[in-house]
Amino acid sequence: MAIAYNLISSVTVGSGGAANIEFTSIPQTYTDLLVKLSGRSSRSAATAEEFLLTFNNNGSSYAEKQLRGSGSSVITQTFSGSSIQQLGQPGAAATANTFGNWEFYIPNYTGSNNKSILLDGVTENSGTTAYQYFEAGVWSNSAAITSIKISAGSYLAVEYSTAYLYGISNA
Amino acid sequence: MTATYEKIATNTLGSSQSSITFSSITSSYTDLVIIIDGVSSTGAELFVRFNSDSSSNYSFMQFYADGSSFGTDIRNNQTEGRIGSIRTVQNSVICNIFNYANTTTFKTATSRDGAGTVITNTFTALWRSTSAINAIQFFPPTGTFNSGMVFTIYGIKAE
Repeated sequence: MAIAYNLISSVTVGSGGAANIEFTSIPQTYTDLLVKLSGRSSRSAATAEEFLLTFNNNGSSYAEKQLRGSGSSVITQTFSGSSIQQLGQPGAAATANTFGNWEFYIPNYTGSNNKSILLDGVTENSGTTAYQYFEAGVWSNSAAITSIKISAGSYLAVEYSTAYLYGISNA
Repeated sequence: MTATYEKIATNTLGSSQSSITFSSITSSYTDLVIIIDGVSSTGAELFVRFNSDSSSNYSFMQFYADGSSFGTDIRNNQTEGRIGSIRTVQNSVICNIFNYANTTTFKTATSRDGAGTVITNTFTALWRSTSAINAIQFFPPTGTFNSGMVFTIYGIKAE
């Protein structure tokens, strides 16, 4: 039986950091995509430094519902606009070597339907501050997803940030 | 390399359906992962029944948020389990069913679902049966699953 869960590509950010983590020329031979992201921002604050997610270098028609808990409070927010914009990461003031972790699942990425995305993430400042996120996103576009960009906004994803792209096939 | 994550069955609906059932699910895996993506005609709960059991053996708990409010809900002694919702806009569900083939313990599932313009949800469901799961029915309480909706079951093998 064929293996259903395959690594397509991975990125490890090198010395000096990177403004973006990108997967391009994504094969159209799978059913779903899964991204596992471990990140940290160069921004000076400690927590919730958001990375941004876009597809096909397209900067419109994204929407997002967020549920976020901190251990002491829960909030829910709506976002819409030019990206999925709430991939929280530790910033430069966070404890050294602390990275946020995210997983996002994109079913039926080659289809002509709008693209639904489920995103789960955590960011921690070594026991002093933590957030957990449960998010649903959508890219209201019928195009097949051929590239994924994870941007650090106006900042950098620091060295040792990693992202892994998996393809999942139901063939 | 030994395959540990394999497709068991998939169904892409060619027409609207009021329910779909996967039967004769092999017991040769350890856990199940179910991926669902699509749209329904009315926007409704996504219910499940295992092994055609419609007795009051199900419980489920929901934690939800829609951007302006959040909350939690629990239902006990239900005639079906709930693992998500299927909306009238594009919606996806990931459900994990743990140790589904064992004949000693009750069966537990966790799931995530959401639609980016509507809601984000997480669920836990319990089926109070020690039977191995060999069939899963998905259905909404009202309306239908639209044509084009995709249901896939994967097996994960611990070896």
